[in-house]
Amino acid sequence: MTEPSFELDDQDRALLRALREDATLGTGELGRRLGLSQPAAWRRVKRLTEAGVLSGRRLVLDREALGFGVTVFLGVKLATKGRVSLDEFERAASAIPEVQTVEHVLGLYDYRLRVVARDLADFERVLRRRIMTLPGVGNVEANVLLSEERLPGPI
Amino acid sequence: MLDDLDRRILRHFQPDPGIAMAELADAAGTTSAVCSRRIARLRDRGILKGQEAVINWRALGYTVHVSLRFTLDKTETNAFDIFIREARNVPEVLEIQTFLGRVDLRLVVIARDMAHYQHLYRTRLLTLPHIADIEALVHVATIKADEELPI
Repeated sequence: MTEPSFELDDQDRALLRALREDATLGTGELGRRLGLSQPAAWRRVKRLTEAGVLSGRRLVLDREALGFGVTVFLGVKLATKGRVSLDEFERAASAIPEVQTVEHVLGLYDYRLRVVARDLADFERVLRRRIMTLPGVGNVEANVLLSEERLPGPI
Repeated sequence: MLDDLDRRILRHFQPDPGIAMAELADAAGTTSAVCSRRIARLRDRGILKGQEAVINWRALGYTVHVSLRFTLDKTETNAFDIFIREARNVPEVLEIQTFLGRVDLRLVVIARDMAHYQHLYRTRLLTLPHIADIEALVHVATIKADEELPI
């Protein structure tokens, strides 16, 4: 069932760390940093991309400067499992523009949603009009994000 | 503040950060020269901070993904700072978030399999300082993860 996973060497790790900091780096610059030729760096990026290890890029934006002052994580418990399909909930939740992530989890809740809003009043509007009206939604717990840091992970 | 053109550019840039400048300019209804100037300005103002590569840990053999929610013992001064400093030293911790709510803090942790997770949990996570309570949410599937802002 488990597919063989990709084995990284030290240069792959250094390359992933560099791209995690700045995904716009070209293979020429990556090569210079790692002491590799441009074609060698290019081949490594290609291999990591084809193996699905590098799965895309994300813009890093200043949320506050763009007017999104509040980020809230919601734990959602479905009230009527079986009657409303999970697909229906997932489709509807994913379609809400303020919902940034939807994760299906096991534990105290069925889903975790990451929601952005302009301020707490705007969040309340999203919660009442969009979240509480989702098909099958039951108990909802909200935690307001105060700080967040992302770490490089085991590379 | 941003004007409509900035917004149109970001709206098309967010879902496709690798897009060519000419294509992005076209989608936003402007010229490449104007589009590059606008993007440079968004960078200068610190609104666009950069681009990061997304790593798929599953492809690297990390099949277990757990969200650990902590409440801390707040009678201890600096409990947050001390906890966070220690959590940063665990390589398998991908995210550290602090909250206002029932939960104080959340760690996103990955592991190769359940045995590896069990080992991490016992030796690196349960041993973090000032824990009052822990809850685990085991990740089953990601339905949406683009993290785009509704600009």
